[in-house]
Order: sequence, then C-alpha cells, then structure tokens
Amino acid sequence: MLYISRWKTTAILAVTLLVCLFAVPNLFPDSVVKSWPQWAQRHIVLGLDLQGGSHILLEVDSNAVRKEKIEALRDDVRRVVREKKLGSPAAATIRGNSVEFRIREGVDIKVALQSFQELSQPLGGILAATGQRTVDVVDAGNGLFRMTVTEPALVERIRQSVDQSIQIVERRVNELGTVEPVIARQGVDRVLVQVPGLQDPSRLKELLGKTAKLTFRMVDLSVPVDQALQGKVPPESEILYGSAAENKQPYLIEKRVVVSGEDLTDAQPGFDQRTSEPIVTFRFNTNGARRFAQATQENVGRPFAIILDNEVISAPVIREPILGGSGQISGNFTVQQANDLAILLRAGALPAPLTIIEERTVGPGLGQDSIEKGTRAAWIGSILVIVFMFATYGLFGLFANVAVAINVAMIFGILSALNATLTLPGIAGIVLTVGIAVDSNVLIYERIREEVRAGRSAINAIDAGFQRALATIMDSNITTFIAAAVLFYIGTGPVRGFAVTFGIGIITTVFTAFTLTRLMVATWVRWWRPQTVPI
Amino acid sequence: MRIPLLRIVPDDTKFDFMRFRRISYPVSAVLSIIAMLLFFMQGLNYGVDFIGGTLMEVQSKTGPADLAKMRATVNALNLGDVQLQQFGNATDVLIRIPQQPGGEGAQQAAVGKVRGALGDSVDYRRVEVVGPRVSTELLAYGTIGLMLAIVGILIYLWFRFEWQFALGAMIANVHDLVLTIGFMSLTQIDFDLTSIAALLTILGYSLNDTVVIYDRIREILRRYKKMPIVDILNVSINSTLSRSIITHVTVTLALLALFFFGGHAIHSFTATMLFGVVLVGTYTSIFIAAPLLIYFGVGYGRQDSGEGGRVKFEAESFGPKVGAAKR
Repeated sequence: MLYISRWKTTAILAVTLLVCLFAVPNLFPDSVVKSWPQWAQRHIVLGLDLQGGSHILLEVDSNAVRKEKIEALRDDVRRVVREKKLGSPAAATIRGNSVEFRIREGVDIKVALQSFQELSQPLGGILAATGQRTVDVVDAGNGLFRMTVTEPALVERIRQSVDQSIQIVERRVNELGTVEPVIARQGVDRVLVQVPGLQDPSRLKELLGKTAKLTFRMVDLSVPVDQALQGKVPPESEILYGSAAENKQPYLIEKRVVVSGEDLTDAQPGFDQRTSEPIVTFRFNTNGARRFAQATQENVGRPFAIILDNEVISAPVIREPILGGSGQISGNFTVQQANDLAILLRAGALPAPLTIIEERTVGPGLGQDSIEKGTRAAWIGSILVIVFMFATYGLFGLFANVAVAINVAMIFGILSALNATLTLPGIAGIVLTVGIAVDSNVLIYERIREEVRAGRSAINAIDAGFQRALATIMDSNITTFIAAAVLFYIGTGPVRGFAVTFGIGIITTVFTAFTLTRLMVATWVRWWRPQTVPI
Repeated sequence: MRIPLLRIVPDDTKFDFMRFRRISYPVSAVLSIIAMLLFFMQGLNYGVDFIGGTLMEVQSKTGPADLAKMRATVNALNLGDVQLQQFGNATDVLIRIPQQPGGEGAQQAAVGKVRGALGDSVDYRRVEVVGPRVSTELLAYGTIGLMLAIVGILIYLWFRFEWQFALGAMIANVHDLVLTIGFMSLTQIDFDLTSIAALLTILGYSLNDTVVIYDRIREILRRYKKMPIVDILNVSINSTLSRSIITHVTVTLALLALFFFGGHAIHSFTATMLFGVVLVGTYTSIFIAAPLLIYFGVGYGRQDSGEGGRVKFEAESFGPKVGAAKR
C-alpha cells in the first residue's frame, strides 16, 4: 500500500493536474477567456439563481392541437363528400373526438368506406415502422361512418408543433438581445426557456404568450353589427372584438382570409409620418402582395380588418388600391407595443398556443447576494474544517487539508469540463463535500491509530490502516453516490445543481483518498522512516 | 515542543452500547409514532413546488417594508388566502399566493395583478409560479425519487453484505426519514424541492455512517468466530466511535457555516440537514442500525462446523490484501 511505483505516481499527479487545469478559465474574466482557443474556453456556468434570470416552462396547448386536427379532418371529410357526391357536405359534424357522417341513401357503402379510408395515411417519422395510420374509419352501420384521428397521429402532431414552436420561440427570444438564452424541448409537449440576466420577465412572457396569428380580412357590412350581436350572424362571418386600445368594440368580420401572416416577409416598427404615432410597417411576399392588391382593388371604400389572435387591431377603410405589397398597421400602439408586434410578425405564428406552466425568476440583486453569501459560507466552513483537522491530526491533518483543497479544485475542474451549472445548492454541495471528503482521511487515520494500539510498528500500521480503510471508503461512498444519482435524475434547476456537485464531489473524494492521500503519506514515510506515527 | 493533538474519544473506550437498545428502541418507537402523528395531523408546510401557486420575494426600495399596508394592497386583489411575512431583513417580504382556480393561465394573471398593485415601490427579487400540473408532477417525482433511492441502496447493500445488513440499514433509513419529516412538520419548515434534496442527502449520509459500522461488524464477525454477537457489535461501535464523532464534527462545522452564513435561500435546507445528519443520523447508526442485527440473527451458526463460511466477505474480492492481512 505504501509502495507506489514511479509511473503510477506520475499518472496520479498528471491526472490531478489536468483536472485542476480545467478549472483555470474560471479564474479569468469572460473577455479574457474569449481570446483563448476553443477547447480551453470551457467554464462553469452560473445558474439562474446566482446570475439572475428567468426559467419559464411552456406547454403546447394539446387541446388546441386536437381541436385543430379534428376540424381539419371534418373539412377533409366534407371535401370527399362533395367530390364523391356522398351526400350533403354540411352533414359531416364533429362529435367528441370523431367526425360523423351519414351517407345519402343509395350510395354504395363499400365505395364510401374506401373514399373515407383514403383520408388515412400511414404515419411518417419514427412511427412509420409501427404500421399505424392517421385516421380510423369505422362503419357504424346504417350508412353512418365515424372517423377518428388516432392517438399516435395526435402525438406526432403535438411533437411537430413543439418543434415549430421551439424555432419560433427562439426567434422571438433572440430579438430581446439577451446573452445565451436556452431554449429546449422538455418531454413531449413542453418547451423550456431560460433567459439569464433579465430584470423583468413580463415582456418576455408577453412575447411568448402570444400565438401571433395575423390575418387580413374584410369587414362584413351586409348586416349592421348591432343586429349581428343579437344573433343574426351571417354563416360566412363572425363577431370579433377590438383590442383594449380600441375599447373592445365589436366587428362583424368575414371568415375568409384575404392574406395571412405567413405571407409577410418583413415587419418593422416605425412612426406614422403624419400623426407620428408608433406603427408597424410590413411587406408581403409576391403571393401576398398579389392577393392584397386584388382585394383592395375590388373593395375601395370598404373597411378591412387587421386581426391578431382573434382580436381586431384596426379596421381602416380602403381609400385606394394598395399595389406595392407593403403597408402599415396602426392601432394606438405605444412604442414598445409596436416593437413587440414587429418582433412577433417577423418570428411568425406559433402552430398552437403556448401556456406558461412554471416560472421561476430571480432578480440580479438576489443572485449577487446569493453568490456572496454562498462564497462566504464556503470559505468559513472550509476554514473551520481545516483548523479542526489540523488540531486533531497535526501533520496528517495537513495532508488531509491539502487533499481536500485539491479535491475542491478538481470539482471545479470537472464542473468546467462538463460546462456544468453552478447553483446556490450546488455551492452547498461543495461545502458538504469538504465535510465528507475529510471523512475518508478520518477513516484512514483512525484505522492507523487502531493498528498502532494493536501493537504494530509505525510503517506496518500505516500500511494496514490504508488497506482496511479504503474498502470501507468505497462502500460508504457508493451508497451516498446512489442518493446523489437519484437526486440528479429527479431534480431540476438548483436541486440538480446540488446533485451534480455532490456527486462529482463523491467521485473526487474517492479518487483523492485512493491516490493523493496515499501518495503524500507514502512519500513522507519514505523520506522520514518514522518510528512512531504522529497521530 | 509538541502541541498535543485533539483527542475527542479516549483510546480503548468500552462502552456497552447494546445495553441501550432497551431504551433506544422504545424511545425511537415513540418518537416515530409522534413524527407520523405530526405528519398526518398537522402535515407539512408544502411550498409552491408541491401545491402550486406563487411565491414572490420583494424588497422595499424605501427603507423597512410596511407590511400592513402591503397586506391591505394585496388582499384588495381578491386572490384568496395571500400570506405576507417578513423574510430575513426588515426590507424583505415574502408573499405567498395560493393556487388560483382556472388552470395554468390564472396563476400568471395573479402575478400580473400583484405586480401591478405593488408597482415600482419594491424590487422583485424572486418570483416562482408553479402551475397545477407541474406541482403534481414534482410531488410525484420527489416521492418516487425517495423510494428509488431507498431501494437502490438496499440492493447495493444486499449485494455487498448479507440481507440482514441491508434490511437493518433500510429500517434505520426509514427511521431517519420519519423522524426528519416529523421535525419538518413540527417546525413547519418550508417543504419544497430542496427539502427532497435534504432528505436524500440525509439518507446518503446516514447510510454512509451505518455502512462504516457494518463494515467493521463484518470484519470482526469473521475475525472472532466465537465472540457473542452483542460483544461483536459493541467492539465494532467502540472502535469506530472516534471516527464517527470526528466526521460528524467536520460535517457539522460545514453545515453550521452554511446555516449561519449561506443566506436564507438555503436556510431550511441546512436546518433540515443539521437535524437529520447530525442529530438523527449518528444516533441511528449506533443505537438502531447496529442492534437490529442481533434480531436478524447475523452470524448465527458461525460455530457450527461447515456453516462458518455463511457470512460473506466480499471485501476480499475488493482487494485481495484485505483478507491476506489477517493475523
């Protein structure tokens, strides 16, 4: 145990040094580290609880996706019914999760069944191999057919929605100009957004909470709004309300969409030249420009409506045809609102609404406080432990303290190499590691004391002490490591930060106990040839 | 001149720990029952992580916070049973808004209202909003995690020791957790995700301790084949006592530093750990975990010929020299 070959010594020192070196970038400010080669830039990331920022978990509204999917199926069924002349298209109705349709008398059931089955496609993507299809068609008898969107098809659609949402959320968040935002999928239907260093998340939440579905539609003048409100809504129109700035005024709007937000190529905030009111200017792509030009040509003198998420932003009267493919939206905006609307329009509409289901925001003030307090507690804790160890074991206590110091340096090195996140509970984990790391030394030293009492010579006792204590150290640390691993698996955010430092701390503790402490004691024994053990 | 080294436990202590099981068992049983009663009658002070709702930490920008005025302002919003309390400094106030009816969006609306009412007079240091769905999941994950950890450790111990040891460690473990939960219920400390972290750490630490003693028991069991089990346990505990105490002093020092200087964000975390690791953990390893082995019949039949090998010694497979160094 006390003889360590030269190459092993070299290996131990090399590994220790290398791991510690990884921690070096943390000692320099970011601006300095940026000029280093890529591989040397890895450093510890401060958690949101330390640097301040927002953690927002969004969920795709799966009910909206479901509803949209079923409505699309109903429209498909109606199209088939019309094309194959199976009856009156309007008779296809949504009932629960299905679309039901009873065929006209005299239509061959087999023909109808086959026509409806053509709506069902095999699932694509990773589910292709399962042979499942998108739509279940059931012949319920008496000419009644029931079409249902299958669960895997829905899940696949939700997955796609999340993928699209992530891209759009990314574009929106990037417009805020924050440093290193994290946007990631979580689970099947969730998107995690982490934005460090944000003073007030309300604007971010505003931006994330909007679907931003923009449509240009004509205002229906065939029925006065007052009458429509009393129930006389024409079938091809609907009642929508103005924004709060417009006093929630009701409008009767045609359902047909002239141009939608998808046809926008750009949107920029600006000011109206005459009124100097904040506005958003936009440009259509060729397709949108052509359609918009046509609609405005045909409807000079009539009002059209600009609708965002089912809210009428403004309903100006068309004074002359708009042929240039660009225009502006005004709606009593503040400068900020105009800015945000432009961001939303540029980023595009979300495929389904996102709901915030969890938010954790830490202000920069609290973060700074936590760093200071955590660091102070870490220093005080470490010094107390170091003093106590020295008082108890003298020279060997010093060995233990050196081992612990290197241990902590290695924890920082590994955290850096992993680009791991350090949280306040993470700092607590390091402090606890200091407490538990000396335990391995205590185990060894106490064992040596016992062996001395049992009458062994100094060198014999040290050798036996190491041998027997190391097995115990392994056993006791593995049990603690299991707890840390479970914590890592179930925890999120700060708690996971604790699991990370605690778990890494256990590994480095075992490493230093098996190598460094042994090496130090072995070297000391070789140089001094002690007759008694000084503990 | 030599400064004498600190020696907390005198050499060659021969304290009859096993005799105390006649006291420690009834005491532990009573305490466990009290803890469970507390848990079921009074419950835990669940934080927003597990029951949902909103937690806001605000700091008054103009001197000490006027709690009464703030309470009036917030209560006027009709958000249910909103709690305000001083937190740390006189300027800091913790606002707890219960889960709002009306699903996920309603929580955000409530935060908006409070922000609007308090305006710029305060600094928003921390805002945590947990919707109904996430809180349900977190509670489930937390519970599953604790179970998983216990089972995982049990399997490991079973693999490394005999089943009696694994069972003893598990009972000791559950005892620790029950008492700590009782403590949390008694003090009404916030029970949130960090509490689960604290419980898991207590679990790990307490086992760490138990395993050290068990390791020694296993070793002595093998060395003294004729020694009565009670004596074996006593010798094992006495010979590891010094280590147990020194290690606990170091952990306590680290925890005390965290408790007094680490800020209130980790206050309940460290308070729980101080109770669980320092008070309960040590007691359990010595007075509960070790004596349990007597009842589980560890080492029975050691004297029987041919049965001597029944006690497994995996330590040998760990490093051949461990076994070879026997005298």
